[in-house]
Amino acid sequence: MSTKHIDARRLLCPMPVIRTQDAVADMQPGEQLVITCTDPGALKDIPAWCRINGHRVVETRQEGDDIIITVEVGA
Amino acid sequence: MLAARVIMDQGIHVEGINFFTGFCVEGHTHAIRKKDRAKPKRNNALWVAEQLGIKLHIIDVIEEYKDVLINPKHGYGQNMNPCLDCKCFMVHKAVEWIRAHDFDFIITGEVMGQRPMSQRRDTMPVVARESGADDLLLRPLCAKHLPPTLPEREGWVDREKLLDFHGRNRKPQMALARQLGIEDYAQPAGGCCFLTDRAYSDKLVDLWQARGEREYQLDDIMLLKVGRHIRPNPRFKLIIGREEGENRFLEGYRKQYVSLYPTSHKGPLVLLDGRPEEADLELAARITARYSQGRDAEQVTVAVRQGDGEEREFTVAPMSPGEIPADWHV
Repeated sequence: MSTKHIDARRLLCPMPVIRTQDAVADMQPGEQLVITCTDPGALKDIPAWCRINGHRVVETRQEGDDIIITVEVGA
Repeated sequence: MLAARVIMDQGIHVEGINFFTGFCVEGHTHAIRKKDRAKPKRNNALWVAEQLGIKLHIIDVIEEYKDVLINPKHGYGQNMNPCLDCKCFMVHKAVEWIRAHDFDFIITGEVMGQRPMSQRRDTMPVVARESGADDLLLRPLCAKHLPPTLPEREGWVDREKLLDFHGRNRKPQMALARQLGIEDYAQPAGGCCFLTDRAYSDKLVDLWQARGEREYQLDDIMLLKVGRHIRPNPRFKLIIGREEGENRFLEGYRKQYVSLYPTSHKGPLVLLDGRPEEADLELAARITARYSQGRDAEQVTVAVRQGDGEEREFTVAPMSPGEIPADWHV
């Protein structure tokens, strides 16, 4: 399964969620999307968006100011 | 949230649509300011969708929204808020969405008389008509004050179970929330749009006046949310970070703008928006020095950096507060 990356740094929520949503729309179930962002609001918003849309947050980590969230696309 | 629950309780499948115009408040200042970063505000649309157990589609309408804001057919509210045009636009986008996704009708949480511009008895039909939704637009919370819509006439929705709320009093909504077991909800009547904010609107108008055209990019409207804005003349304004979080946010724009920062003392990061001339740079450096920890020093050294990274220093006397006229503050 392939992994896709998007850079949502400097974007304020809900733009990181919108970028996530748009990227996932073109992906297949089981594929992973890695989102790099800086708005701490994404720590709540992207997992919430995943829960209501049937996707799964695999990992969340922080590297300096960057927040890196890995999402597995649901069915 | 209530409107969705009222319809869901009739066994109807509901999904949410949330439009992002760029002016939505949703915690942007929290996200930028350092002291607030540890307590990021929730996105209410996502939170509500999760509470209701429905899908939510967040739609970027930043580009299309420009025409709504710049040329509002119905004018502005107290500030730069084109509420009626905005509502028509969003319902129109919802019409496009339901057609593309094979949904049957649209609901909104509007209550007649709750808002002075877009939710009056005479303007609610305007929204239905100008959006193109016509009788596909159902307002469950005040439906009994309005003619039956198609979903009611067709029996998809039981009109008897819809409501007759009206006016600015939120007690009926709160009572319904209690009845439905909803204990937590977004603060009612809290402005959710920067365009309803006077200070923000003043900055937007200043931007348009200085540029001589009513145009903007997303970066422009984001930067209006940040920092102290000082315009010494029509050629340029300073955007001065007020604390560490804002300075860090402004740093992201240094390749696009001339930026200044004191090197002899601690102080803010400053962006220059516009087309400053050579003589303006020293003035900008003196204002930057005024907001640095060297404000009481005889001289402060300030670096002026171009977008391409070229940098030079000015050693200047900080401006005193009395030297900055009140009308420079945007």
